[in-house]
Amino acid sequence: MLNRSGQIAGRSDDATSAGGGAHPTFTGNRALQQEEALLFEIGRRETTGIDIAEPEAFKPRLNGLERKGGVDIPGLSEPETMRHFVKLSQKNYGIDTGLFPLGSCTMKHNPRLNEKMARLPGFGDIHPLQPLSTVQGALALMEELSRWLLETTGMKAVALSPKAGAHGELAGMMAIKAAIDAKGEGATRRVVLVPDSAHGTNPATAALIGFQVKPVPARDDGWVHVEDVKALLGPDIAGIMLTNPNTCGLFEPQIVEIAAAIHEAGGYFYCDGANFNAIVGKARPGDLGVDAMHINLHKTFSTPHGGGGPGSGPVVLSGRLAAFAPVPYLKAEGEGLTLVEHDAAAAEGEAPFGRITAFHGQMGMYVRALSYMLSHGGDGIKQASEDAVLNANYVRACLSDLMSLPFGDKPCMHEALFDDAWLKGTGVTTLDFAKAMIDEGYHPMTVYFPLVVHGAMLVEPTESESKASLDLFIAALRDLAMAAKDGDATRFTGAPYHAPRRRLDETRAARSPVLTYRTPEPVREAAE
Amino acid sequence: MRYLPLSDADRGEMLARIGVDNIDALFADVPKDKLLTKPLDLPRHKSELEVERHLGRLAARNVPASSVPFFVGAGAYKHHVPASVDHLIQRSEFLTSYTPYQPEIAQGTLQYLFEFQTQVARLTGMDVANASMYDGSTGTGEAVLMAHRVTKRRKAVLSGGLHPHYADVVRTLSRMANDEVVSLAPDVRAKEDIFAAIDDATSCVVVQSPDVFGNLRDLRPIAEKAHAHGALLIAVFTEVMSLGLVTPPGEMGADIVVGEGQSIGNGLNFGGPYVGLFATRQQFVRQMPGRLCGETVDAEGRRGFVLTLSTREQHIRRDKATSNICTNSGLCCLAFTIHMTLLGEAGLTRLARVNHANAVKLADALDALPGVSVQTAGFFNEFTVKLPKAAAGVVEALAAKGVLAGVPVSRLLPGAGLDDLLLVASTEVNTDEDRAALVAGLKEML
Repeated sequence: MLNRSGQIAGRSDDATSAGGGAHPTFTGNRALQQEEALLFEIGRRETTGIDIAEPEAFKPRLNGLERKGGVDIPGLSEPETMRHFVKLSQKNYGIDTGLFPLGSCTMKHNPRLNEKMARLPGFGDIHPLQPLSTVQGALALMEELSRWLLETTGMKAVALSPKAGAHGELAGMMAIKAAIDAKGEGATRRVVLVPDSAHGTNPATAALIGFQVKPVPARDDGWVHVEDVKALLGPDIAGIMLTNPNTCGLFEPQIVEIAAAIHEAGGYFYCDGANFNAIVGKARPGDLGVDAMHINLHKTFSTPHGGGGPGSGPVVLSGRLAAFAPVPYLKAEGEGLTLVEHDAAAAEGEAPFGRITAFHGQMGMYVRALSYMLSHGGDGIKQASEDAVLNANYVRACLSDLMSLPFGDKPCMHEALFDDAWLKGTGVTTLDFAKAMIDEGYHPMTVYFPLVVHGAMLVEPTESESKASLDLFIAALRDLAMAAKDGDATRFTGAPYHAPRRRLDETRAARSPVLTYRTPEPVREAAE
Repeated sequence: MRYLPLSDADRGEMLARIGVDNIDALFADVPKDKLLTKPLDLPRHKSELEVERHLGRLAARNVPASSVPFFVGAGAYKHHVPASVDHLIQRSEFLTSYTPYQPEIAQGTLQYLFEFQTQVARLTGMDVANASMYDGSTGTGEAVLMAHRVTKRRKAVLSGGLHPHYADVVRTLSRMANDEVVSLAPDVRAKEDIFAAIDDATSCVVVQSPDVFGNLRDLRPIAEKAHAHGALLIAVFTEVMSLGLVTPPGEMGADIVVGEGQSIGNGLNFGGPYVGLFATRQQFVRQMPGRLCGETVDAEGRRGFVLTLSTREQHIRRDKATSNICTNSGLCCLAFTIHMTLLGEAGLTRLARVNHANAVKLADALDALPGVSVQTAGFFNEFTVKLPKAAAGVVEALAAKGVLAGVPVSRLLPGAGLDDLLLVASTEVNTDEDRAALVAGLKEML
């Protein structure tokens, strides 16, 4: 396959990349590892993989706005389309490929039953604006999901509509802002505390709606201390955004005291629920003093990550915020259910802060999450949390003699955090180590996050791994760690050697961004 | 439990290796009185068969679009999605992968994102597109925030033809961010005087075409007026398929084009997940929200793709980021890209013509009914009809007869005095029999 410079795409004369002295191939393919050109290099404007008849002659009514000059998007027949995307898929690592220890991201098994359920025509083929009498089963599903979310979190209300975790954060913080405004304190309560260890979405969300972000400095034990929080409290405090279990993989032991201090100061407690998967069935955020928490259905409740979405981020609310939940929300009506879709339709005592998305949220994800919940049951979701924590601690215990733990040898929750102190003097960085894991057939752990730990490596194996799988992973990491310490730096600094691509030049991509395909036009280029 | 591989023996061995006696020793940081001691009030685990039965019963209580004559639109559209699309997006390596932060083992995702961005840019007539937003409505909110960053002004003017739910999303976000919004009144015939609302404090003008009533709008004069005042034109669409037939916003002076991409590759799903399309001019690329995929080379000089310009994003810039978005609509982008690949220009334009032809046919048939009049002069596949009585009741009554007739405007704009208006969409899925059923049903009702 020729690329646009007229060279065979993917061809390389560096035999090492082919894995030990293999001959370069004519096509640049290596058996099952195949190169694939861009759609714009292989497609044709006149080709289509869809059979549909031209309409009978008619008079268009387009208000004089007919598109002229075409769309310039090439097409492929169905067999070509299949091959194009199957080849692309083969360049990806997924949970079904192998252990995916990406800390904070919870890459657990995605049950296929959930996919099947979401595709039932009664869920997948209904319109958000059909008469509500024709979607009572969908509303009942949303209600059942809500019940699970409220029971597992111990909260008062849930807004289902947020489209992803960060959107849930936004909804939660908007509810907090609305509650503050309702008390007439909007002008003064403008400060939101965010620990240094927080996900980037937390400060970004608070800033988006005009809050002033004040960091809570990190301590060397990985915990947020109530006295540090208290020192920052004043009449200007709107709330705190705290992740629990936190991004260092630790449960915040002073969370109840922190919540009390925030409430005492007249603020609200937003909990980032990205790590809720460690404690489902073990502890309830509502019992800990949380006022709002989003739940990533695509982490805790197994809806697939899909290469970066779609997610779903319902936000649960305490009694102090329940009245401010955004539209739409469910309500019982007669023997069925209805949706409150407009602020003006709210009942007495309800004060929805508005609307955050066109329709009712990620129904496709609700179905998958409920399918997961029903499959696990109350007993299974607790067991899943325990197994997730057990697996992470097992990895920690089996690697702690070789790799360094930033906060000492204490139990973690669902993810084990290492730093790069143990790599000092080896010439190998955290990034190099991660890339060498790729050659071993593993997706790397999360690296350089949380920011409070130098060269962080955050390992989250999830409950989906068997002991045998963990033992092999541990053995591979031990082998790599010993190689790094033994001075075998090239195994790392040049890695990956065996992936579809060697290390990619990100600086070049950012310096002069090429974000769309441009058809090469040599003549015009010469004229410029 | 079928999803949990550890046996009790494994658990015992592992606890011993860790050096604790029981699992709760690992939860020691949870305050003692907060650790749950009783099981939650939830049912016990179920077999696959039991779950299927339970959810199947709920699904059976809904009326799927494909089971009836179906004319519901207003921001989500029933189209035929080829079987190969749904097959391909369920490939494990797509379905179960993460955001491509490790590009060497995510070239599949990255390449389709690059293809997606290119398709979206070409469809909209713009220079660049991002790797998606959650949906058209949240994308519109982000577009307004972006315009405020570009112009350093804080007042948005919303056309009355903007989908009311989109307008609500913008107003909610703007109220929370203390930004100003001027909303024009909804006007079924798109006769609003939007020019009068634009002044030197205006950051952006937000105009939808086809608008919520179905009107195709010439954006050129609005772009001119906006630009004369230093404001941006944000062009919105809720039916991406219209771009197969209609002058793209990029050719009419739009600075940001944002809309809903559900119609290509994605099912109705009761409102989500969908895929927000977001495109702009090259000069504004560093103010864009969301992920961007860019071309580069690897250590051997081979072409490859990476996420780029991430210094705009929350994981790097934190409270200074252009948006808080993280997870977007990855797999829905893939569905869009595959369907778009199957269509190609030839298929897309033909499909768009079929949609338009079907809508024209239906509009003529409805207009011929006594008491019914089509309100929309130029449209794509959706238009507004005026009925001699409240549309909500008519829609409910027709639903009882097995015809889903459309969206009463009162559902979107309650209390606006537009109760006799009905939005009707007709796509390639409608047959002559479907249209006849709607016409006959309405005739009987009126």
